[in-house]
Amino acid sequence: MLQLTGVTAGYGQFTALWDVSLRVEAGEAVAVVGPNGAGKTTLMRVISGLIAPRAGEIGFEGHAIGGRPAYEIVGRGIAHVPEGRRIFPALTVADNLKMGAFLPPARRRFAESLARVYALFPVLAERRTQRAGSLSGGEQQMLAVGRALMSGPRLILLDEPSMGLAPVMVLRLFDLIRRVRQEGYTILVVEQNVRQVLKLVDRAYLLEVGRVKMEGRADALADQDFVRKAYVGL
Amino acid sequence: MIDPIFLAEAAVNGLLLGGILALLALGLNLIFGVIDIVWIAYVDLVMICMYAVYFIVQVYGWPIWVGGLASVGLGAVLGLGVHLLIITPILSSAPVNQLLATGGLLFFLQSFATFLWTTDHRSVRLALPRLEVFDMPISVARLIAFGLAILVMLGLYLFLTRTYIGTAIRAVSQDREAMALMGANPQRVYLVTSAVGGAIAGVAAALLIIQYAVHPFFGAAFGPLTFMICVLGGLGNMVGAFVAAFLMSEVIAIGGVIWSTEMGYVIAFVVFIVMIFVRPGGLLARRS
Repeated sequence: MLQLTGVTAGYGQFTALWDVSLRVEAGEAVAVVGPNGAGKTTLMRVISGLIAPRAGEIGFEGHAIGGRPAYEIVGRGIAHVPEGRRIFPALTVADNLKMGAFLPPARRRFAESLARVYALFPVLAERRTQRAGSLSGGEQQMLAVGRALMSGPRLILLDEPSMGLAPVMVLRLFDLIRRVRQEGYTILVVEQNVRQVLKLVDRAYLLEVGRVKMEGRADALADQDFVRKAYVGL
Repeated sequence: MIDPIFLAEAAVNGLLLGGILALLALGLNLIFGVIDIVWIAYVDLVMICMYAVYFIVQVYGWPIWVGGLASVGLGAVLGLGVHLLIITPILSSAPVNQLLATGGLLFFLQSFATFLWTTDHRSVRLALPRLEVFDMPISVARLIAFGLAILVMLGLYLFLTRTYIGTAIRAVSQDREAMALMGANPQRVYLVTSAVGGAIAGVAAALLIIQYAVHPFFGAAFGPLTFMICVLGGLGNMVGAFVAAFLMSEVIAIGGVIWSTEMGYVIAFVVFIVMIFVRPGGLLARRS
């Protein structure tokens, strides 16, 4: 479904990703883990088109999407839930969801998508007339995910969904992501919370200083001494 | 002691002026909120549109509503032009360069108008009566202008809250990048915003020309005041600008009656400077 081949990317003089190759099959959940500054967020941004790759190719469902603008890539079926949630704080919850369905094809399926999102996240339905900025951190993250679902994506990029959440909320959120997965969405998730995320996904990539250091099945990776010491057994 | 009737009259005039100022401030603020650039030459675009109404109505004899509609259309076109020709090429350069570029446009428009139309003051003469309410003379032209300004602001409010593209405009002003992730092409949103902002300048022009004479330096009178109102309300904050417009116009009008017109402006600017120290984020800024 998604295939990155030798992708190099960065900002200005700085290169954050070196020659990264990665694939995600339809129906899979894949995690990218690694320390701060490993280039995980850059990886998400280059896939969703917020930055253009300097080299390498990105293919999605048989189309080359590398270097296409973000507003075009979302229309192809990739929704990016950015780091820090980035909801529109002064808009209501309902208007945030409406913006998720900004593109005409998504707008036509609006009612159907909205019912689906409200079924997944009932709290969003309760709070639909509230300003999004007044929601709790966990609710904001649900809104960010719900907003992404409104575009009718097939692949969802989740960047640090548990960031800044209380431990109880983190567990609930992972449960919700599991349910999103069961709905048939393919997921590529970046997480600091390695122990939790490896329980959620099928495969994982370990990224260090912009390069893929290790990849494999999630359970196998979680068993690696090296990973256990460095990331899991905190 | 000043006769209360004069104070009441000044308050009414201030209110009527406030409507137009609010309209101008909302137009400028809309553009700033979305594109993050202050169009220093905003009121000079209004000046150009005022000339258009003047020529259409006073010189060629068309009815005022034709002039008004033409002004709105011209404003929208000018707004698109400013964005495409001046802002787009420097969109990613330093903010000060963007300010300088729109400042340059201001001098260009002033000189251009002086060159074409000289510095004569020109006005549209409409045969509108004056009303007497409680012994206060009230200009019908001002009343109409106020009413239309309020209507247009209401329309703007509905546009920004009830339509997809309007909501997208507000979303872009809160998080440009997140809106690109929703599928909105920022350039398209900027163009719509610039056209709407320009159209508002066109409306304001039609409402101003029935009360004031136009001359090439018209922008120098209303431009700084509009900018000040936007800052006072909190740049990009629409409700703040609306409130600030009426605050400023009342200070100017009432101060003008108690002392003199000049003093009215002096007091308004003092209020502005004090408020910038007291509430730097704008009148309605949230404490954070």
